[in-house]
Amino acid sequence: MPILCSSCEKKRAVLKRPKTGHSLCKECFFWAFEEEVHQTIISARLFNPGETVGIGASGGKDSTVLAHVLKVLNERYNYGLKLLLLSVDEGITGYRDDSLETVKRNEQQYALPLTIVSYEELYGWTMDAIVKQVGLKNNCTFCGVFRRQALDRGAMMLNVDKICTGHNADDVAETVLMNVLRGDIARLRRCTAISTASEGEGVVPRCKPLKYAYEKEIVLYAYFNKLDYFSTECVYSPNAYRGHARTFLKDLESVRPSAIMDVIHSGENLSVREGVRMPVQGTCSRCGYISSQALCKACVLLEGLNRGLPRLGIGKHHRLHGKILAKEPLTQEEERKLKAVDF
Amino acid sequence: MAAPITLHLEFGGGAELLFDGVKDHQVTLPSQSQPWDMKQLLVWIRANMLKERPELFVQGDTVRPGILVLINDADWELMGELTYEIQDQDSVVFISTLHGG
Ligand SMILES: [Zn+2]
Ligand SMILES: [Zn+2]
Repeated sequence: MPILCSSCEKKRAVLKRPKTGHSLCKECFFWAFEEEVHQTIISARLFNPGETVGIGASGGKDSTVLAHVLKVLNERYNYGLKLLLLSVDEGITGYRDDSLETVKRNEQQYALPLTIVSYEELYGWTMDAIVKQVGLKNNCTFCGVFRRQALDRGAMMLNVDKICTGHNADDVAETVLMNVLRGDIARLRRCTAISTASEGEGVVPRCKPLKYAYEKEIVLYAYFNKLDYFSTECVYSPNAYRGHARTFLKDLESVRPSAIMDVIHSGENLSVREGVRMPVQGTCSRCGYISSQALCKACVLLEGLNRGLPRLGIGKHHRLHGKILAKEPLTQEEERKLKAVDF
Repeated sequence: MAAPITLHLEFGGGAELLFDGVKDHQVTLPSQSQPWDMKQLLVWIRANMLKERPELFVQGDTVRPGILVLINDADWELMGELTYEIQDQDSVVFISTLHGG
């Protein structure tokens, strides 16, 4: 006996929503999902009419659904936004080249203009070349730092007012958990924010319209809408720590679906004791990007790559920043420590 | 004796990587005295189809958390999950939510 949709009571239900337990038909699910994202956008005042909004598009399920939903809502509710797709080409053969093909199809399917910025043109290094030099252990550090800045640089080039990313409820819950496990109070406090104001020159405000959307619903929304997305794991070492947090959360969710939202709620409501020192933000004296040190992380990593000292940006070498800026030579001992590839 | 059952199986969202990258499969389940249910189907898939790392697909007697199951294009949570009795010509889709962002 097919179960009927609990909303329209006419059509056959196709899913049970993890968030509410409701059984909905395809059309009622699309509507409910889109309306919730709309409510998130309205109540957090994520956008203003006339703004240019860059959608960070990777070709994966989250950013594909984000692009689709934003286009639908922008038309349905006359947000008055100019939407565009912004992708980063890290230079990873067999992974990013394929996912960029998906983004290029999305450009046609959604009629949204696409801009691709590449590590190669911004930094002179592809991830393939970086991995050749640094190996497979810390490559994700390079990639994460470079990607963040690359999106900002692309957005600045296009005069984008805001960047939105496809982070979903499961991602946010995972990040809360990881920051608790690492004792990273500064990040823990920031990671649940739905939007970040510009932290300084060269940093474009960001927001996460899918912050309260469950991954299960995002995947089913993509499936039932027959959206074209890419789902291959990066060919370089996956983030093992995040993987464990993710598996743990999925296990919790299978016992109690609200676990995802509960973790986010905890993160949002944690209060940090007075007197916990937070890093002071300044700007990088080389490229002007925000940084709590004399040089931003990207510049330090890049300097390390260009000098053949890949360890430079890994771990804490702040006291060397002055020397690097002044282009002073490093001592043999300093060089030796930074050269080792077996890190 | 129930007659053999023909099924359409589909793996997506990255789950196909555990099946040689092949998304669509037409399979025939042998006849047996009891009707086939989803629990038995998972055992059969594990024994006959999984090419690598079975723990990434099945966990205990069900699918690994994070893999969505659709029976005839409806969430299996609406269909009785493991106890659903499989019919000839059914379509079962497995989608991983664990891949890519
Ligand atoms: Zn309905
Ligand atoms: Zn810099």
